[in-house]
Amino acid sequence: MSDLSANLDNQARGEQSPLVSGSDIPHLIHAEADVKDWIALLKPRVMTLVVFTGLIGLIVAPGHLNPVLGFTAVLCIAIAAGACGAINMWYDRDIDAVMKRTANRPIPGGRIEPGAALGFGITLAVGAVLVMALATNLVAAAVLAISIGFYVFIYTMWLKRRTPQNIVIGGASGAFPPVIGWAAVTGSVDLVPLVLFGIIFMWTPPHFWSLALWANDDYRRAGVPMLPVVAGGKETRRQIVIYTILLVPLTLVPWFVGFSGLTYVATAALLGIGFLVSVWRVLMDKQDATGVSLTNDAPARAAFKFSILYLFILFGGLAIDRVIG
Amino acid sequence: MSDFPPRPGPTEADELRRRRRGRNWAILLVLILLCALFYAITIVKMMKA
Repeated sequence: MSDLSANLDNQARGEQSPLVSGSDIPHLIHAEADVKDWIALLKPRVMTLVVFTGLIGLIVAPGHLNPVLGFTAVLCIAIAAGACGAINMWYDRDIDAVMKRTANRPIPGGRIEPGAALGFGITLAVGAVLVMALATNLVAAAVLAISIGFYVFIYTMWLKRRTPQNIVIGGASGAFPPVIGWAAVTGSVDLVPLVLFGIIFMWTPPHFWSLALWANDDYRRAGVPMLPVVAGGKETRRQIVIYTILLVPLTLVPWFVGFSGLTYVATAALLGIGFLVSVWRVLMDKQDATGVSLTNDAPARAAFKFSILYLFILFGGLAIDRVIG
Repeated sequence: MSDFPPRPGPTEADELRRRRRGRNWAILLVLILLCALFYAITIVKMMKA
């Protein structure tokens, strides 16, 4: 109220009110976003993979969970992933504005206020953890909370702008969903979900660095130290192959420990060969002396698309194997 | 006062109203679904107990 009195006094003296300035009205108009913009804040395409791997963790876990509670658990994973997306968009709004790929996101596009996006993200995050705790158990809720905290504080706020290993370590946050799904059923974290965690952890670098190769200019412009920006295309391609070589045997571990059968191991082996061929093509891509692709990074784009299919089919194969078995 | 931009025209105001209405309906739908979900969870938990 004191602000209002001061405001009126200012107006009486012919001074412009500080509470509402001319620049606020276009700002208010721009802040009226569509429902589509609020959904876009949640990064729905990233959410799909997260939800899928969380669902697989839930399906393959020993034990039974009521379908209503199972649905709630998967919904909480999805909402938490969306919350992370919203908070990430809030924090990275400065670099999003500079990158072509992200310049039209709701915040840099002027359609959603940064504060509103942050509030939205925090509300969803807290709500998801609370509902997970109520519907399933405290272990699943705790792992969900840890995954949110890891993505927001460790990856987004700390590592992303500081080190080319940002997505290697930060990729752990994308590896939590199968652990959460498993914990929702069993109330515990065992060896198998940790193996699934490891698979996604090792999959993340070749997946993201394939993207970073063809979005290199964007990341350079924004000053994000992705590996191609810091170490160049040649070294990035080499690292993609190394991580894929490490990934493929890891995907066979569920069969080695007796958790899965021939359906899964055959799927994993064939997919592994496919992924290795795909990243070999990335390594052999025609490039100039500085490692810049002369084919517009066609193999890297293909490897990126394949990596998404790879993870879907691999985890799908695990679930099918468990259901058949 | 001369610093204020012109008021939104009829089409802009309609657009604003449309967006606000859309957002409000979406919020209502989410609230209804949330209530239904909590109801279902409660029934399941009570059956288990």
